[in-house]
Amino acid sequence: MSVRHALLALLTEGSKYGLQLRQEFEARTGEVWPLNVGQVYTTLQRLEREGHVESHENERDGAQKRFRITAAGERELDRWLRTPPSAAPPPRDELVIKVQVALRLPGVDVRDILQVHRRHLVEEMQRYTHLKAEAAADDVGLGLVVDAELFRLEAVVHWLDAADVRLRRLPAVPPVPAGADGTRRAPRHQPAKPAPARTAGSRS
Amino acid sequence: MTAVDGRDIWTDAMSPVLSLRQVSKVYGSGATAVPALREADLVVDAGELVAIMGPSGSGKSTLLTIAGTIEEPTSGEVYVCGADVAALSADAQARLRRRSIGFVFQDLNLLAGLSAAENVALPLELDGVRARVARVAAMRLLDELGLADRAGYFPDDLSGGERQRVAIARAVIGERRLLLADEPTGALDSTNGEAVIRLLRSACRRGVAGVLVTHDAQLASWADRVVFIRDGRIVDQTGPATGPEALLAQDVI
Ligand SMILES: Nc1ncnc2c1ncn2[C@@H]1O[C@H](COP(=O)(O)OP(=O)(O)OP(=O)(O)O)[C@@H](O)[C@H]1O
Ligand SMILES: [Mg+2]
Repeated sequence: MSVRHALLALLTEGSKYGLQLRQEFEARTGEVWPLNVGQVYTTLQRLEREGHVESHENERDGAQKRFRITAAGERELDRWLRTPPSAAPPPRDELVIKVQVALRLPGVDVRDILQVHRRHLVEEMQRYTHLKAEAAADDVGLGLVVDAELFRLEAVVHWLDAADVRLRRLPAVPPVPAGADGTRRAPRHQPAKPAPARTAGSRS
Repeated sequence: MTAVDGRDIWTDAMSPVLSLRQVSKVYGSGATAVPALREADLVVDAGELVAIMGPSGSGKSTLLTIAGTIEEPTSGEVYVCGADVAALSADAQARLRRRSIGFVFQDLNLLAGLSAAENVALPLELDGVRARVARVAAMRLLDELGLADRAGYFPDDLSGGERQRVAIARAVIGERRLLLADEPTGALDSTNGEAVIRLLRSACRRGVAGVLVTHDAQLASWADRVVFIRDGRIVDQTGPATGPEALLAQDVI
C-alpha cells in the first residue's frame, strides 16, 4: 500500500493538516490499515522534498502545518494510478518453507501441519468477514480493503488444499533419496486410513 | 431429550437444535463397504451458523443428509429439535423435516411445473399458510436475492445461479429451526454469493441453527464456527470468535 499516493489523493480534495490526513486515511480503509502519526509526517516531509506537496504555516493554528498538493504532485498521482502494481511475490514464502521442512522431518504428519495453518487462515478470514458483515452497506472503502484481504487469504487456503491433494498421492513411505549420511528417513506422512476407502480389504 | 414429559418438542428451546453423537455411516457392506463418516460429534445451537469444510469425498454431504434425517446413520444418535430421530415414526420424521428443516442441496430439486415464486411459497402452503400470504413472503425473499423480475419464470428458464437462489429462498422461508445447505453458492458469482450467505446469516441471527457445507473458505468465514472434516472424521474446528481488534494487533505493516 503506497501511503505516499494515498496522502496525495486525499490532498486533491484541498489542503489538510497532518493529523487530519491520518484520520481520513484510516476512515477510508475501514481502519483495517492503521497509520501512525510519525509515518504520516515522515511521508509528508519526503513528498515536500520531492516537490509533490507544499506546506504553509497557518498563523492562527500556531504549530500546525497545512499541506497542499502541487501540480507536480497531481502528475505523480496520475502516473501512479496507471502504473501496474508490483507483482513480485515475497522473496520466500514462509508457509511454503514450513511445509517443505515438515515434509523432511521424521514423525511429523504434514497434513496436520497443513490443517493447523488452514485453521489459522480461516479464523483470520472470519475476523475480516465479521468486519464486513457489521459494516454499513455503503462503506465502500472498508469493503474494498476487506475483500482484498479475504481473497489473499483464500488463495493461501487454496494452496494448502492443493498441497493436501499432492500429499495424498505420495506413497506412505517415499523413496529414500541418497542422503549424505545414508540414514533412512521416516515416512513423510501417516495416511489417515489404511487404504483408499473403496478398495477391497479396507476396514469393514 | 425426547418429548416424554409432554413438552412440545418443537419449542424445546433448552436443547441444541441439532446434535450428532458418535455418528458413523458405512455405505454398502463387506468388501465394498465405504466408511463415509466416522464417529462424528456435532452440536449446533439455535442462532448458530456452523460451516463444514473438507475435501471432495470427505463425508460432508453424508453428514448433512443424516442431520436432515434423510439418511439413517449406521451407528450413533441424531437429535433434531430435541427429538431422538431414530425413535420417531416415519410420519413423525417426515413432519419434522417439513416443519423444522430447510434444505438446499447440491441437486436443487425445484419443481419444474411451478414458477420460481410458487416453488418458494410451496413449503409455507404445505404448512397451511394462506396462498396470498405465502406468495407475499416468497416475493419478499426473491426480491432480497435480486430475483423480483424472475418470480414468474419456470426453473428451466432460469440460469444456474438463479435456480440456486430460488432454492435458497425456498429453504429459508417460514419459521424453520434448522437450515442445511450443501454448497449453496456453487454456481454464483461473488456478489450473489454474498447476498445468499447474508440471507443465511440473518436467518441464524433470528434464531435458526444453520449448517453450511462448502469448499469455499470465504463462504465458510461467515460462520460462527468452522468444522474441518477429513476422510469421514471431524479433525479440527475454529476457536471461539475474537473481535476484529485482533486484526489490528497483528496485521500492521
Ligand atoms: N449412496 C452412496 N453409496 C456408496 N457410497 C457413497 C454414497 N454416497 C456417498 N458415498 C461415498 O461416501 C464418501 C463421502 O461422500 P460425500 O458425498 O459425503 O462427500 P462430500 O464430502 O460431500 O464430497 P463433495 O465435496 O465432492 O460433495 C465418498 O467416498 C462417496 O463416494
Ligand atoms: Mg457433497
